[in-house]
Amino acid sequence: MTLLLNQGELALIPYLMAGHPDMATTREIGRKLVNSGIAALELGIPYSDPLADGPVIQRAGQRALAAGATTEACLEAAADIAGEQAAPVLLMTYVNPVLAYGPERFARDAAQAGVTGVIIPDVPVEESAEIAKTMTGAGLETVFLVAPTSPDDRIAAACDASTGFVYCVTVTGITGSRSVLPTDVNALLAKVRTHTDLPVAAGFGISSAEQVSLLRGHADAAIVGSAIVNELDAGRDPGPLVRELLSACK
Amino acid sequence: MSERTRFGRFGGQYVPETLMAALDELQTAWLQLRADNGFLSELRARQATFVGRPTPLYHAERLTEHFGGATIHFKREDLCHTGAHKLNNALGQAVLARRMGKRRIIAETGAGQHGVATATVCARFGLPCTVYMGAEDMRRQEVNVRRMRMLGAEVRPVTSGTATLKDATSEAIRDWVTNVRDTHYIIGSVVGPAPYPEMVRELQRVIGDEAREQYLAAENTLPDTVVACVGGGSNSIGMFAGFVDDPSVDLVGVEAGGLGVETGQHAAATVGGQAGVLHGSFSYILQDRQGQVLPTHSIAAGLDYPGVGPEHAMLAELGRASYVAVNDDEAVAAFKLCTRLEGIMPALETSHAIHHVGELAREMGPGARILLCFSGRGDKDMHTIESVSPTDMPVIGGPL
Ligand SMILES: Cc1ncc(COP(=O)(O)O)c(C=O)c1O
Repeated sequence: MTLLLNQGELALIPYLMAGHPDMATTREIGRKLVNSGIAALELGIPYSDPLADGPVIQRAGQRALAAGATTEACLEAAADIAGEQAAPVLLMTYVNPVLAYGPERFARDAAQAGVTGVIIPDVPVEESAEIAKTMTGAGLETVFLVAPTSPDDRIAAACDASTGFVYCVTVTGITGSRSVLPTDVNALLAKVRTHTDLPVAAGFGISSAEQVSLLRGHADAAIVGSAIVNELDAGRDPGPLVRELLSACK
Repeated sequence: MSERTRFGRFGGQYVPETLMAALDELQTAWLQLRADNGFLSELRARQATFVGRPTPLYHAERLTEHFGGATIHFKREDLCHTGAHKLNNALGQAVLARRMGKRRIIAETGAGQHGVATATVCARFGLPCTVYMGAEDMRRQEVNVRRMRMLGAEVRPVTSGTATLKDATSEAIRDWVTNVRDTHYIIGSVVGPAPYPEMVRELQRVIGDEAREQYLAAENTLPDTVVACVGGGSNSIGMFAGFVDDPSVDLVGVEAGGLGVETGQHAAATVGGQAGVLHGSFSYILQDRQGQVLPTHSIAAGLDYPGVGPEHAMLAELGRASYVAVNDDEAVAAFKLCTRLEGIMPALETSHAIHHVGELAREMGPGARILLCFSGRGDKDMHTIESVSPTDMPVIGGPL
């Protein structure tokens, strides 16, 4: 994909929830982040019942919705950030907001906004045929997840269906900071590589520079969500944390 | 989209990848066990001695007389151990979980009936049990919270969202995502990703199968109309399963109209919702134009859910079953009426269906026949009834 990768180096994909704490902040922080040396920005579109998310991202979504975030407004913010022509912007949301918006319209508007790909964690490969065709038809890349519980045939299917990169879920569980990552993360990443030549990104539970540095040589990118959302919750600019995480990639 | 996980265009498996292998494992185990004589005879024996099956068919003479129309019968699921149909499903899934080697059980609950049923089977089998329950529901169903704790279950309050059944279900799914290797999730209704809606129907169809046989034996004919309340839709689909192949039998599901469907304060997903995805399946749900799931309202905690099982969505779309909404105040009146006339205190969930049975009985007139799934007993709702109408309980012999 269009991930900004330096051969052989670990890259960083930070996550922001669009509209948290408000859309102006998302635009401002997003524009700064895509120019800061990251591989891509993952922008969340809030959903009322996010089954794959822990308390931090759940609350961020609820705050965004309470502040009036709509899918239209999230796509406008994405367009604004993608307009920087810097690191690519990916959307992460759940299937129901996409169905409500209309998958064709969603794909078209996202592509027009300059978004490069979509991640929909509650659409496993089995349910993906139509929606993935719609997204790729509009020129968007599709990213599927593999989990520590995925048997080989499911890993193979997710790798086949992915067009941007493969999202390797590092923990058996939901998003949110963990003090330690499971020891078999690297084995899972290695297994995924035997099924694909696409870049492999590791996410869920990664919150510290130390955890990021442990992924060097194993993953192509580390995805960090809750830790960044936490900074915004505390009223802090996530810039310093992102710089710290970026230096842990080297 | 895979045919085996669908009811027409409804159903499916919209869940995080982490759960997909567990759903496959569950599907395989279920397909094997549902045809396994050892499993089936264990289930039948436990249904007889632990649940108290078969539950009786009851002729509601005084309600029939009161409405002055169709003859009304109840299928008495309130007489199941723990007081509702929920135990049929919880028992079946617990036996299944044991055979799958799962060592921990989780569940969600709204009214607390499913939580109590799950806590009960976990006590019986010595399995650790965690029940997720909305903080708001814990308040209005506090007797059931105490029952679950007495049975040894841990009740975890859920404060996110509307703090009711929807959010408890989301939390239970998140727990399952995290502990999927050794945990079985006993979902409480015909909702969720495949294979749950089909599996829970098969575990509840004992209601309809027994009722059909009992009705034929007692009345020498089939009922004209079968009525049941619909939260997620398990007592109704279990009842309907016995009659869905009898084209002469009308199937009617009664949803929670809350303060009135027109007010937006309700939980009638089939009557007032649109197609969408909630908790892993594509069905009718209550949502706004952005696809955000809406808060619901019902006086009956067990109906206070913004979705409905995908098989109901299919039956509604096919026109094989019809769905109506009954409001809070109508359910409260039906609760009192049934309690005083029949000496049977219905759950507030069941009371919704009783109200509609009254309307249908009048409309259909004498000679017609209605069978109601009496899904549960009402002791748990005493508190709620007393708080909405403390003083106007008529005395026996007085006006109703
Ligand atoms: C007595 C009773 N009836 C009905 C319901 C609604 O559930 P379902 O529609 O799955 O039967 C409940 C749920 O808690 C209940 O306790």
